[in-house]
Amino acid sequence: MSESFEIEVKQHQALWIFTTHGYINNQGGDVIKEKYDESYNGGARKFLLNLADSKIINSIGVSILIEILEKTIEAAGELAFCNCAPIVEKTFTIMGITRYAKIYRTEEDAVKAMS
Amino acid sequence: MPKEPDRVVELILPMLPDMEIAATRTAEAVAEMMQLDADKTAEVSMALIEACLNSFEHSQSVDRKVFITFRVAGDELQIILKDHGVGFDPTQVEAPVIEKKLHSGARKRGWGLRLMESMMDSVKFESGPDGTTITMIKKK
Repeated sequence: MSESFEIEVKQHQALWIFTTHGYINNQGGDVIKEKYDESYNGGARKFLLNLADSKIINSIGVSILIEILEKTIEAAGELAFCNCAPIVEKTFTIMGITRYAKIYRTEEDAVKAMS
Repeated sequence: MPKEPDRVVELILPMLPDMEIAATRTAEAVAEMMQLDADKTAEVSMALIEACLNSFEHSQSVDRKVFITFRVAGDELQIILKDHGVGFDPTQVEAPVIEKKLHSGARKRGWGLRLMESMMDSVKFESGPDGTTITMIKKK
């Protein structure tokens, strides 16, 4: 019962926005990392993950998000999330991710704050 | 008034990719039956995903199966997850700390037990050479 995962990438000035669709497990995390690396290698340093359509995650997928968070911090960049389901936000809080990455209620709020 | 009998649902999962999602679908049905609220249902699903992944990844079970029992007793949901793997010592699992994980080269994984314990009201591990049993309880 393989869960499909898709990602859309768009740019708003210096901010790169990834909108995910589906389960963020190891495969989903790898897709996010691949798109992140492409934009990072192109010079991007500000990233927003819109997780409105990713209401299920697991610790393997989130560990990949920690990898990209680490890389962003090391480059003095910024990574944030928006539209997180309550369980996703709770998971990030338990793991301590929210101490290093902001969570915005909506994409509009995030774009306004990060642009 | 006689005590209502426990309601029990049993599930056997093969250790195949994404099968943990099948477990969450059963959990959601059981949660709906006991009228557990949406936030608590999501917490149960998250804990169950992590318990399944723990078995899938680390049990080295020969039969490659996970046996899950959902038991509703009054206002309490008990989930018992068993595998026939090699077992592990939960006291030897290092507690994850985000500051350490964010250091270059550090392994980012190792959050499963923390998440299970944070999402449920109680989690008990019993493990030995014949396998592991994880008993998790969520109160309504």
